[in-house]
Amino acid sequence: MAVELGDEPHVLAVDDNLIDRKLVERLLKNSSCKVTTAENALRALDYLGLGNDTLEGTVSEVNMIITDYCMPGMTGYELLKKIKESSVLKEVPVVIMSSENIPTRISQCLEEGAKMFMLKPLKQSDVKQLKWHLMKCRN
Amino acid sequence: MDVVNQLQRQFIDYSASLHREGFLDDQFTQLQKLQDDNSPDFVVEVASLFFEDCEKLINNMARALEQQQGVDFKQVDASVHQLKGSSSSIGAMRVKDVCIAFRSFCEAQNREGCLRCLQQVTHEYSLLKNKLQTLFRLQQQILAAGGSIPVVE
Repeated sequence: MAVELGDEPHVLAVDDNLIDRKLVERLLKNSSCKVTTAENALRALDYLGLGNDTLEGTVSEVNMIITDYCMPGMTGYELLKKIKESSVLKEVPVVIMSSENIPTRISQCLEEGAKMFMLKPLKQSDVKQLKWHLMKCRN
Repeated sequence: MDVVNQLQRQFIDYSASLHREGFLDDQFTQLQKLQDDNSPDFVVEVASLFFEDCEKLINNMARALEQQQGVDFKQVDASVHQLKGSSSSIGAMRVKDVCIAFRSFCEAQNREGCLRCLQQVTHEYSLLKNKLQTLFRLQQQILAAGGSIPVVE
């Protein structure tokens, strides 16, 4: 069976909690996604090529960004804004995750351009739904 | 085969008791379902990370609450928030529930309440650690005997 690596979406997962990073990574890999994790928003921005410390020639293409809302320093919401402000990255779908179900937070993120808002802890069915949206976007 | 069946039975019963007693909730079952041939040690790995994280966070909380000059409740809350998140993601229900109460005491800046919760969370974490070690031991025995791990819904 041929594995077409070109078809595997590349997802950047951002979360300051190690256990949550491991979980989201496993969930995404189980859904045949290539995964890169970042432990905070600044590292994510560097990886995306928007940071102050981005090294020349290291910018990778990502098909989706999934980020936690509550992070020390820059929040997921602020990260979302930075991504949407970028001419290069504004079309990349961004999903926000949070352990807290706060309607104003949810609408704030969606208004800012987040594709989806998901409640933690994530399950396999959540990620399946996510991937379906992602594949729809690509086509 | 008889040995395997016996061990599997033990595993199922023990798993069921951990759920019944509230140590684990459905999220733990979700984690077990994520385990496959590509990642056969996923649950054990995540559990180990969780216990390391617990110890670190509990130490942070203890240090912050010890401060005689004045407790930084925001700092305590930050650690509790992390622990609440981790325990929720792994399915450690009793630990998570203590964290919920703990956060209320942080918000109220109630040092006594926080200290009580710290004691409780330390207790729950120890209990859970022992129980999961027993569960994982049973898992190992099943695999060693040539059997497969039943998934308990």
